[in-house]
Amino acid sequence: MRLDPHLTQRLVKTLLWTLTGFTLLILILIIADIAVKGLPQVTPAFLSQDSTDMGRAGGIFPTIVATAYITLLAIVLASPLGVGTAIYLTEYTREGWATRIIRFGSECLAGVPSIILGLFGFVLFVLKLGFGWSVLSGGLTLAIMVLPIIIRTSEEAIKAVPQDYRTACYSLGMSQWQTVTRIVLPSALPGITTGIMLSVGRSLGETAVLLFTAGAALRTPVSVFDSGRTMAVHFYILAREGLSMPNAYGTAAVLVISILLINIAAYTLMQRLMKRYS
Amino acid sequence: MTADPQDKIRILDLSFFYGGFQALDGVTLSIQPHEIFGLMGPSKSGKSTLLRVLNRMCDLLAGVRMTGEVWMDGEDILAPDCDVVGLRRRVGLVLSRPTPLPRSIYENLALAPRLAGKKGRDALDEVVETSLRAAQLWGEVKDRLRDSALKLSGGQQQRLCLARTLAMEPEVILLDEPTSGLDPISTAKIEATLLQLKNDYTIVLVSNNTKQIARATDRVAFLLMSHIIEIGDTRQVFTVPADQKTDDYISGRFG
Repeated sequence: MRLDPHLTQRLVKTLLWTLTGFTLLILILIIADIAVKGLPQVTPAFLSQDSTDMGRAGGIFPTIVATAYITLLAIVLASPLGVGTAIYLTEYTREGWATRIIRFGSECLAGVPSIILGLFGFVLFVLKLGFGWSVLSGGLTLAIMVLPIIIRTSEEAIKAVPQDYRTACYSLGMSQWQTVTRIVLPSALPGITTGIMLSVGRSLGETAVLLFTAGAALRTPVSVFDSGRTMAVHFYILAREGLSMPNAYGTAAVLVISILLINIAAYTLMQRLMKRYS
Repeated sequence: MTADPQDKIRILDLSFFYGGFQALDGVTLSIQPHEIFGLMGPSKSGKSTLLRVLNRMCDLLAGVRMTGEVWMDGEDILAPDCDVVGLRRRVGLVLSRPTPLPRSIYENLALAPRLAGKKGRDALDEVVETSLRAAQLWGEVKDRLRDSALKLSGGQQQRLCLARTLAMEPEVILLDEPTSGLDPISTAKIEATLLQLKNDYTIVLVSNNTKQIARATDRVAFLLMSHIIEIGDTRQVFTVPADQKTDDYISGRFG
């Protein structure tokens, strides 16, 4: 028996639509839940005031500062390292056992559970190097965590740059460094930015690593050696200790909105770049 | 052995290997200043390889090996201490497929000269205009120099690539089947450009198109399976070829 092609087409379409719709539904449910329970708490005061009574009252200003501080530090540390590694792997060396080992190592690093990475950061940065529970320890450990993401995405982005561009540059008497910095990297920038944005997202949402390395002090960190509690950690503590569910949801709402805004900003920036270079 | 001062390029007993495959076997030939030298032969005969040795683009490939000598103006360009980047500025290469960079038309032309040390807006503007005129593209693009080069048609892109090479003010221009993807009108434009350019440059033209070789070149070498079969004045080679294989090739009996 043969199936009617039109019928099959309709069936498959409906099925795929349902699956897509289901995925979307989950996302909407999560965001709606957070928005309904969290948004009412989000007032200018909530954003700008210190936390009091262990977070039961007051705002979340210290956690916003700590989040920005630690994430920024992690990204600033990991981006040059990751992009540099990717450039080396793709442009400055030929495929061989060395590149395979580096790549394998990076993939293994990506597979290490964050709680174990947190423990490693605790032993190395907090204890051994004496940085204590601090923005610095947290930033360094997060940098290690997101490094494989940045290496992987940058490598893919650089590899996707047409070989013709390189040939053209070399045959015009451009050096390898000029070729990489003037043509290859700008062309790969949208992909590299995507990787860095993914890393920002991972860093913003991370708790396990930071519980071990940045501590949970509810003060606004100033020095890199101050302990700091990020929004994600704040949410975790408020919810787990049952201190204040409304404030926990308020924090979650701010966190989700920040991630959304950062993604939109990065996307617009990328569109601009793409337009300029094509 | 030093080079004859008359020769622009002198190749002595050059052999080239891609891993186990020998692409050139004992090639010896010399190219005079201000001539258009043609390299013809069926695919895989070694013409493109020979071209890529002349500006050391062959260095970019993995697992290659070569023996022999290549002299340019009395300088051994295969020497380990040869300044390859400097060599490529003197020896430009235009490929069969257009390879515009993802930049504006202006930037495609100005980028390499600027990086090579050419300073000043006026000087760069002038280089851009002169080379676009030389490649017979100026009239078509002069009002949209800031547009992306990727928006040009295939024939325009290829002339842009030729202009880009000219903007470097090289001494030698290597062309690897520069018109293989182009329509007859664009092809004619490129050939006309080449004939004009020969006053200022030495040109090496690789082509699968024997008619093009006959039309555009002064002297020609016929390559077959990594060997040079015959070298001579183009007119002579095409009228009274010395070797039966050349005769077979240009009359289309094989290749």
